[in-house]
Amino acid sequence: MSDTKRFLYVNRKAPHGTIYALESLEVVLIGAAFEQDVSLAFLDDGVFQLIKKQATTGIGVKNFAPVYRALGDYDVKKIFVERESLEERGLSEDDLMEITHENDDEEDVSSVEIVDRARMAEIMAAQDVILSF
Amino acid sequence: MKIGVVVNEGPYTHQASDTAYQFTKASLEKGHEIYRVFFYHDGVNNATRLTVPPQDERNVQRNWSELAEKYQLDLVVCIAAAQRRGILDDSEAKRHGKGDGAANLAPGFRISGLGQLIESGIQSDRLVVFGD
Repeated sequence: MSDTKRFLYVNRKAPHGTIYALESLEVVLIGAAFEQDVSLAFLDDGVFQLIKKQATTGIGVKNFAPVYRALGDYDVKKIFVERESLEERGLSEDDLMEITHENDDEEDVSSVEIVDRARMAEIMAAQDVILSF
Repeated sequence: MKIGVVVNEGPYTHQASDTAYQFTKASLEKGHEIYRVFFYHDGVNNATRLTVPPQDERNVQRNWSELAEKYQLDLVVCIAAAQRRGILDDSEAKRHGKGDGAANLAPGFRISGLGQLIESGIQSDRLVVFGD
């Protein structure tokens, strides 16, 4: 597996108003087939992508939010959400949907880790490839 | 150095494609290898041959096509993003029944899947993303 690299997908924009969130998710799902070391980061307005109970019927666009909850099935287990971005928008961890994956003991554990801005910088510095959407 | 380039915005509205073009051109002139240029999101709109900008303006699509011809560049347009936005090559235009002559993919570009983006990240020493 000498071809394994650390991929970080950085999500910075709110969902539905623009297509970035949906098309970023499409890259993550396709990328899963390449068996890389994948992490997702949500910061700035990107934290809105993970808000609970999104309902898009009224605006006539596809609601892709449930796909985030299936990321564990794609072996995406590391989801970092920036604390300051949540706080700046009056949000907290309680506002986010539950995203889990199965650990080695076959227990469902949370994939989401709330990290501060300094830690997010460290996470970014440790990557080989960063795709920013 | 082997460099992968990603273009996530369309021409004219946004600087991303121009900057990516200048970066790609400068990299090649400095002797670097460009592994691939991948067009995603509205970036796929750089690949339509039907743009007709005013004569005293740069032609973003033609810039890319000419650079591709000069350096044998691999310009790849994401198929899913392209289909959403009406960028079709001959076979896709035929497959979706869009009629003869509907294909608008410019010379030097090819349409392929998102796997080509991930592969570019794996194979390149650096992946450089141009977007908003």
